[in-house]
Amino acid sequence: MTQARLAVELVPESRPFGALYGRNITAVMQRSWMATKNATWVVIVSGFLEPVLYLASMGYGLGAAIGTVQGPGGVPMSYAAYIAPALLATSAMNGALYDSNNMFFKLNHSKLYRVMLYTSLGPLDVAIGEIIMALLRGLLYALGFMSIAALAGLITSPWALLMIPGAVLIAFSFASLFMGCITFIKRFQQLDWINMLTMPMFLFSATFFPLSVYPQAVQVVIQALPLWHGVDMLRQFAAGQVDSSVLVHLAYFVVMALLGITLATGRLRKLFLR
Amino acid sequence: MPHITPSLTSAPTRTGGVVTARGLTKRYGDFTAVDGIDFEVAPGESFGFLGPNGAGKSTTMSMIGGVLTRTGGELNVMGLDPDREGPRVRAHLGVVPQQDNLDEEIKVRDNLYVYGRYFGLKRAYLKPKIDELLDFAQLTDKAGERVDALSGGMKRRLTIARSLVNDPQILLLDEPTTGLDPQARHILWDRLFRLKEQGTTLLVTTHFMDEAEQLCDRLIVVDHGRIMAEGSPSELIRDYSTREVLEVRFGSDANAAAAQTLKGLGERQEILADRILIYAGDGEAALAQVLARGLTPVASLVRRSSLEDVFLHLTGRSLVD
Repeated sequence: MTQARLAVELVPESRPFGALYGRNITAVMQRSWMATKNATWVVIVSGFLEPVLYLASMGYGLGAAIGTVQGPGGVPMSYAAYIAPALLATSAMNGALYDSNNMFFKLNHSKLYRVMLYTSLGPLDVAIGEIIMALLRGLLYALGFMSIAALAGLITSPWALLMIPGAVLIAFSFASLFMGCITFIKRFQQLDWINMLTMPMFLFSATFFPLSVYPQAVQVVIQALPLWHGVDMLRQFAAGQVDSSVLVHLAYFVVMALLGITLATGRLRKLFLR
Repeated sequence: MPHITPSLTSAPTRTGGVVTARGLTKRYGDFTAVDGIDFEVAPGESFGFLGPNGAGKSTTMSMIGGVLTRTGGELNVMGLDPDREGPRVRAHLGVVPQQDNLDEEIKVRDNLYVYGRYFGLKRAYLKPKIDELLDFAQLTDKAGERVDALSGGMKRRLTIARSLVNDPQILLLDEPTTGLDPQARHILWDRLFRLKEQGTTLLVTTHFMDEAEQLCDRLIVVDHGRIMAEGSPSELIRDYSTREVLEVRFGSDANAAAAQTLKGLGERQEILADRILIYAGDGEAALAQVLARGLTPVASLVRRSSLEDVFLHLTGRSLVD
């Protein structure tokens, strides 16, 4: 029989973090890819369309009334070019939010994560595999949006290419944090709590107008929130006016991603491997 | 209780059993779900946990799979401690949970494929294995369907096929046929019997007597986290019940009064809400005596004792309530 051969091949060796990590992230990603292939493409297309529609409406509609604005470093730019990086940062966040809703479903309804953790996979495999898939989708949206922006003549600096990895980092950090948060949520309605945070962030994180319109106290609050870091970072890249504050933005997202993954892994372990 | 050689001090890595539990305990705060149980499952054996809901059966299963840490006692699965070596233990196990948790977002065949990938199995191994499992589960013509297109019995068979993808030495089946119609149950029992013939060790929890009788070589009867009895189905019936049972019904309000008149009849009696059970070696003779005492039951039935009677005797309660 093949039993003996298999037993040897199958049984993972004992190692540190063996209970946390099964070195098999690709299996989680493969499953996600299969599910995506079966899913309706409408959802994916809508995620891509959202920032494009905002750009068309606000950037060109409202932009016609506003005219030229001052970008980073006092560089004059069209209103559409001014909001384009902010819309990209927002779509990275919203894509992660959409994926976190899926994660909620897999956690509480389809019990997918429970199934995964009852195999040789560890919680770290599950968390990282799911987050990487969220990130790949973020990459796809970023590429799509950048193509549109380039066609519209909004890309004027080679620095602007950094918006793509920038958007992926933003998506990664948000997906990690959302996944961590989602593990605390027990009912569908509670998902709106996250919406209640992302919606105002979208409107007020210097997305459509500069931060300087606010009083100092409000500025501090907004600067503490993640989306502002994303908007400011991508806007600097878009304008080709990059200063050292970008390092702060990068550090902010790296820390946020690490916190998110730690939280998500710890929570999955606590929920399923008690 | 099983007889255990008292060599517990030097932590034996491997005993004769593929699963060995000594004083296995799980507590949640003040509540004790599993209360110091001992059992040993031999390789190739089909071993049952019989008890009502909340008896601690699923908790025990989860501890064996290393997805729930025990509060006390020792547990050894294939020579490994599930608490410390969860992934290694699970590589040997096939798990069929109480509720189907198939991946509804992917197709039938992909469910098997992806599950194999979770165990780190290679495509070259999985391709023929999946064909074999689809055939075993009688789902070959459903391979390309979505999971939600399957009937309840088919989903259950797919769940079992999925649990076999890593060629497990031990299969954990938690209430395998709950919620299935009789035909689907028999198909499933047949499939499980084949696995047993191939040498797979089966651990089955159930609150169905007929299932325990069909599937288990040996079982423990559990209630409130404790083992009430242990043995083969026929041993248990012999030890804790009579050969036959007479069931008599007098109508809901008349049962209690009739019980007075029936005192002393048979070896033992159970007075339930809807009927009186009289345990006797000869059921027909007992029925004749009931009639001789001037009682005319609305309905009467003589049958062989089952595990249900064993449970009733041991706990004073019926299994399904």
